Amino acid sequence: MTSKTPLEEFKDGLSDLWPALVAAAPIALLFGTMAQSKGLSVLEVGLFSALVFAGGAQLAAIELWSTPVPLFALMASTFLINARYLLMSASFAPKVTHFSWPQRLISFHVFADENWALAERRARTQRIAFAYFGGMGLLFIINWTAFSVVGALVGPFLGDPRRFGADFAFIAIFIGLIAGLVATRSSFFVVLASAAGATLAYIALGTPWHVLIGALCGIAAAAIAHGDKP
Amino acid sequence: MTAAWASLNGMTLLAILAMASISYGLRISGVFLAGRLNLKGRMRAAFDAIPPAVLTAVVAPTLFATGPAETVAGALTILAATRLPLIGTIAVGVVSVVLARAVFG
Repeated sequence: MTSKTPLEEFKDGLSDLWPALVAAAPIALLFGTMAQSKGLSVLEVGLFSALVFAGGAQLAAIELWSTPVPLFALMASTFLINARYLLMSASFAPKVTHFSWPQRLISFHVFADENWALAERRARTQRIAFAYFGGMGLLFIINWTAFSVVGALVGPFLGDPRRFGADFAFIAIFIGLIAGLVATRSSFFVVLASAAGATLAYIALGTPWHVLIGALCGIAAAAIAHGDKP
Repeated sequence: MTAAWASLNGMTLLAILAMASISYGLRISGVFLAGRLNLKGRMRAAFDAIPPAVLTAVVAPTLFATGPAETVAGALTILAATRLPLIGTIAVGVVSVVLARAVFG
């Protein structure tokens, strides 16, 4: 087997990742626009995307954002939404034990759903090079951060994003992501339980309690629906 | 005076750093957990349910406790999500909420 140069590995990463780059751009634009409309500066939006780098958690955070900043709700929501990274990275880590520690520490910051899924697929047939995985991550985080900043810059000229229904684009993205996750009957119960719990909690207690209570209702439904199977 | 684009609010920065630490902590902890995490049965089902449960909890009040425009647009968006790719679902959601808000005021 001939080994590839780092540049070839990087180009492989780009050719695998480009559809995800295109798909993430409008979501990043909306994040930037909505974050700006909630009072965040361009610099804050850029730092947000470069440091947190998690689409679902960032969209949820902006949905929850208010003054004063609901720090605890933001942390709880981020933890719950990103808990999947724990399983994803535990699955991927054994495939990159040949990375040096600095390479691991860097490449697990730019670890996201899309580049993870692509790398897991590639790992079935070949060794994952740092130039491949780190390169994809670098492209993805630059793309995400740059389009977030552009969204924050053009946001003020667009006026109230509600006029264009942009606030509802978040809701639509989430509905689309949920639909992609609901593959089985038990996950349908999860969504029903979570929706009911969150709506009741919102009416009874208000924001941000609906996130935690709704999520716990959905998680409990999954455990109950699972029964005593191994 | 700092330009508006570069303004940094202390609480905002704290929230971003807290969220960044949590996200990175979850990502890197898989490296240390690899091979040791062995979720089975009920625990595994509960863990797997986290992403849809959380995403649903975030959006449910907008759909069911905000107003008729959001509820109608939400129903159309859910219908779209079962048939269209993500980008089409977003388009249906945005267009239907603008129309529904015009109708319901």
